[in-house]
Amino acid sequence: MIITCPYCGPRDLVEFSYQGDGNRTRPDPASTDQATWNDYVYDRINTAGDHREIWQHAGGCRVHLTVVRSTLTHEIRSVALTRDAGHRRSGGHRRAEAGDSTGPVSGSAEAQP
Amino acid sequence: MAEYSAFALLKNALSGNTDWKPAWRKAAPKPSYDVIIVGGGGHGLSTAYYLAKEHGITNVAVLEKGYLGSGNVGRNTTIVRSNYLLPDSIRFYEHSMKLWENLSHDLNYNVMFSQRGVLNLAHTPAQADDYIRRGNAMRHQGGDAEWLSAAEIGRRVPGLDVSAKARFPVVGGLLQPRAGTARHDAVAWGYARGADRRGVDLIEHCEVTGFLREGDRIVGVVTNRGEIRARKVGVAVAGSTGRVMKLAGIDKLPIESHVLQAFVSESIKPFVDSVVTFGAGHLYMSQSDKGGLVFGGGLDEYNTYAQRGNLPLVEEVMSEICAMFPAIGRLRLLRSWGGVMDMSMDGSPIITKGPLPGMYLNSGWCYGGFKATPASGWAFAWTIARDEPHAINAAYTLDRFNRGVLIDEKGQGSTPKLH
Repeated sequence: MIITCPYCGPRDLVEFSYQGDGNRTRPDPASTDQATWNDYVYDRINTAGDHREIWQHAGGCRVHLTVVRSTLTHEIRSVALTRDAGHRRSGGHRRAEAGDSTGPVSGSAEAQP
Repeated sequence: MAEYSAFALLKNALSGNTDWKPAWRKAAPKPSYDVIIVGGGGHGLSTAYYLAKEHGITNVAVLEKGYLGSGNVGRNTTIVRSNYLLPDSIRFYEHSMKLWENLSHDLNYNVMFSQRGVLNLAHTPAQADDYIRRGNAMRHQGGDAEWLSAAEIGRRVPGLDVSAKARFPVVGGLLQPRAGTARHDAVAWGYARGADRRGVDLIEHCEVTGFLREGDRIVGVVTNRGEIRARKVGVAVAGSTGRVMKLAGIDKLPIESHVLQAFVSESIKPFVDSVVTFGAGHLYMSQSDKGGLVFGGGLDEYNTYAQRGNLPLVEEVMSEICAMFPAIGRLRLLRSWGGVMDMSMDGSPIITKGPLPGMYLNSGWCYGGFKATPASGWAFAWTIARDEPHAINAAYTLDRFNRGVLIDEKGQGSTPKLH
């Protein structure tokens, strides 16, 4: 697979790190609703077809990308900067940025010093 | 008289081998069954076999989209082991191991189960401690495990670099002597024949395209060969779980589909007589009876339903195998392929009643489904026949994620990369 980074151009898969399903929105951290958190942490739509997902150009400019890619053929339909991709933000959550879509912030490069 | 025996071989040889019966009939679907199993792979076939053998339920159909055993049962690296840490895992996989030990006899079909041992190499003192802990847990639960020093490993696996100069020096290894390999296709064929002879209809090239419902209840399936009704429908479709369950209106599950690649080298003379795993990366290797080195590594690590992977992972696996066995660096690769894994979010499987009435789900095998084939079918058959789980699969529920009782062998939390 070759992903076209908006900054760096077409680059090989080996430069990118997969950050997972991009269809999820981190719930408001103040929420204590079990079903909401269960849905976010465990449940996946696991699309067979065009799948919205987050990649990081870890071996390049380190930007987070929202990629729509077919899980049947590996064809890439679109690549956009995650911060521009209209990723839904949860209310009042300051860190509601790229790393959000990928789970705990500590798991993303953004939290690194 | 057993269908396959020395006497049968002699008798058929004398009559020109023209009287052998096909291992299974080409069944056409009937309008209704007691039980339909969706998925004619290892787990679906063993489920049908144990439904007939253990529970007397023979009015059963197994529906397979392609041909029998065309999925993961023919794509794995044939490893059978039960070297787990947590009680729920050990209990289940030990049960599977006991079924394996008698499987050829039980099926009257040689599955070539070879208890050649699985050796997990440790490369750091911390990893050694972790493996020894796991070995103790296995022994505590009645399994078998032995700790080997680097010198003992060097004698046991001569091709392995156990010197201090190795890129990742070996400090020891955990051996499960009863573990080993089996002929994967024979497992599918053996279960298929066993189920067929007990009256189960194995229906190939029959794709499920929908489910029949009465209210919430699943009462059958729609296929490309017409509607088939059933009192109970079991789904055992591994990597296709997401797709099939969506047909029943289940849009989300704690599962992602990922591809796992496997490799086989050209044939060489006997080189390694056990299964060896590399602890400094992720690699497992054994030598097939034909002489090829059969090995695999980790996932490609992106969602996919395509039965093929990409090159970065190939390179990683090759570099690991060369670090482990420098002597095979110039061996040529014969084939590589991919299978779609149903990666659950805690690395443990799901064998349960539900999620809809009349439906039963067998899924979440990550990349450890082959060794589980006998116990998976055995426990799934029990769950379908009795409408309640057996003790060995009671913990493998779908709602364990919601209830916070994960079976997380690796202690890593929610991620679809565990096994």
